[in-house]
Amino acid sequence: MTATHTLHTERLSLAYGERTVVDNLDLTIPTGQITTIVGANACGKSTLLRAMSRLMAPTSGHVVLDGKELHRLPTKDVARTLGLLPQSPIAPEGIAVADLVGRGRHPHQKVFARWSAEDEAAVLAALDATDTVALADRAVDELSGGQRQRVWIAMALAQQTDLLFLDEPTTFLDVSHQIEVLDLLTDLNRQRGTTIVMVLHDLNLAARYADHLIAVAEGRLHAAGHPADVLTEATVREVFGLESQVMIDPTSGKPMMLPIGRHHARANDVTPIS
Amino acid sequence: MSVDVLAAGRTRRAVRRRGALATLVVLVVATFVVTLMVGQTFYPPGDVLRVIAGQTVPGASFTVGELRLPRAVLGVLAGVAFALGGVTFQTMLRNPLASPDIIGITHGASAAAVFAITVLAVSGAVISLVAVVAALATAMLIYVLSFKDGVVGTRLILIGIGIAAMLQSVVSYLLVRAATWDLPAAMRWITGSLNGATWSEVVTLSVAVAAFGALLLSHSRRLDLLQLGDDAASALGVRVERTRVTVIIAAVGLIAFATAATGPIAFVAFLSGPIAARLVGPTGSLLVPAALVGALLVLVADLAGQFAFGSRYPVGVVTGVLGAPYLVYLLIRTNRAGGSL
Ligand SMILES: Nc1ncnc2c1ncn2[C@@H]1O[C@H](COP(=O)(O)OP(=O)(O)OP(=O)(O)O)[C@@H](O)[C@H]1O
Ligand SMILES: [Mg+2]
Repeated sequence: MTATHTLHTERLSLAYGERTVVDNLDLTIPTGQITTIVGANACGKSTLLRAMSRLMAPTSGHVVLDGKELHRLPTKDVARTLGLLPQSPIAPEGIAVADLVGRGRHPHQKVFARWSAEDEAAVLAALDATDTVALADRAVDELSGGQRQRVWIAMALAQQTDLLFLDEPTTFLDVSHQIEVLDLLTDLNRQRGTTIVMVLHDLNLAARYADHLIAVAEGRLHAAGHPADVLTEATVREVFGLESQVMIDPTSGKPMMLPIGRHHARANDVTPIS
Repeated sequence: MSVDVLAAGRTRRAVRRRGALATLVVLVVATFVVTLMVGQTFYPPGDVLRVIAGQTVPGASFTVGELRLPRAVLGVLAGVAFALGGVTFQTMLRNPLASPDIIGITHGASAAAVFAITVLAVSGAVISLVAVVAALATAMLIYVLSFKDGVVGTRLILIGIGIAAMLQSVVSYLLVRAATWDLPAAMRWITGSLNGATWSEVVTLSVAVAAFGALLLSHSRRLDLLQLGDDAASALGVRVERTRVTVIIAAVGLIAFATAATGPIAFVAFLSGPIAARLVGPTGSLLVPAALVGALLVLVADLAGQFAFGSRYPVGVVTGVLGAPYLVYLLIRTNRAGGSL
């Protein structure tokens, strides 16, 4: 499966009722790459992700998938191309992991169709990729936060889409599980060419794992491009209103940001590490 | 190897589900036959089966064929309809309290019927029509009042409980004012009853159950996906608002026609889904298991109401006694987060 789908927005505006949340946004999601979106709370990241996955209609402008207007395409067709893991999905009480992951197969099933060998294989592959095979029979509500997050990702993987959107997939995870999830998504991108778009709050992880970094401020595109060009002291100041120091992450060679804050800087001298 | 593990788990859950379904079918059929056998005159199973097969059996043909059979069939249909309507709302709103007999939809039908009887002095099919329209109107009212960027379960439930209470007081007021000769007819609309079931009621309700039931079954997987939340469901290709409106229409239609046929048989809608969930375990759709539980509840409660006590009670009184403790239990634990079936 090689990803050849293209997605971009044209003068996209989004609103809840009267309140405009995203305004006149033009952006392109690079095919076959990992894009991360960063921005302050309530700046419209989730809203943007919802619109790009057809969950919300634009008030003006377009989302264009493969040259076609996304909101004109049939829901189920879109769901075979594009998957979304929302910020807070809900697990039905008592559902077994394998059954929840199986629900990701819905876009591939006909109304009264039975469970197929293909469905079974997709679920197994998704469990395998997220290292949750051993949990298959457990009830989702008995799992830890990190295990549960991996199960939700497995559900999105079982959908087998070429584009995968994730809204804060690392919230509630400890640092090692955060890395585990991001590594898993990178594997998916490298091995299958899946285009990945995710919202992350940790700027350093966002920069490290992204091929393409998008900074959003108050519903407008502030900067987009290679992380080294986007994650700068100026961007952090303008997007988050925060003074910081940006330096090179010795592990990845990508930029990395240290917040300064009001209290702990050493008097009139802050020495960069390198 | 892991393929086998996955398949084994799925098979284990399916076996439990199938076992529970088979047991329910056997129990429904057995209770159904017993219902036809007992009464003022006892008929052995052989006679009952011959009447069902269409043969003429002196005595039994009338008593079983014209009195007990329509009553039992109407009981099964009403049980199925109430249960399907109830479990649909409970699943969609992820809350057992969201049943139509708690959030005022059946109350709408009752209040309108009592109004029609005591104030408008109409009778017969007109009352049923009024009840169906009122149930649909109440559902629409609750939906509109709780609509704000989509429907949120708890808001709908609270508004529904409020409307149920209002309609209940309307009924009390009408009954206080009612002429004594209207009371027996009006009572049926307060506690559901299978007394005086006729074949014409059976025909009407079976058409409704077939039509709305088929509509619901064709949406059963989409209904289950709604439980993941609106965003996750639409990301999986479900047209959320459309699915919701379709299943609401089907569920309200079932409730309305069942209420028109038997009156509101208390708590069948409310109890069937949760009981079915306990029996079949957390796998697959609850529609069919709940429908079987509903039929069984009504048949057993009607048998008990007729023969278990000194005097005869309508079926709704018995189910009311069964359901009330569960309602209290749910209200007590309602503070616990994320209650669903
Ligand atoms: N369903 C909704 N109805 C009305 N307003 C909403 C809705 N969802 C979000 N908003 C508003 O839209 C704005 C953008 O919200 P959004 O969820 O997109 O932010 P976000 O960037 O994802 O924030 P966070 O980092 O906290 O997740 C906020 O002001 C929020 O209050
Ligand atoms: Mg968000």
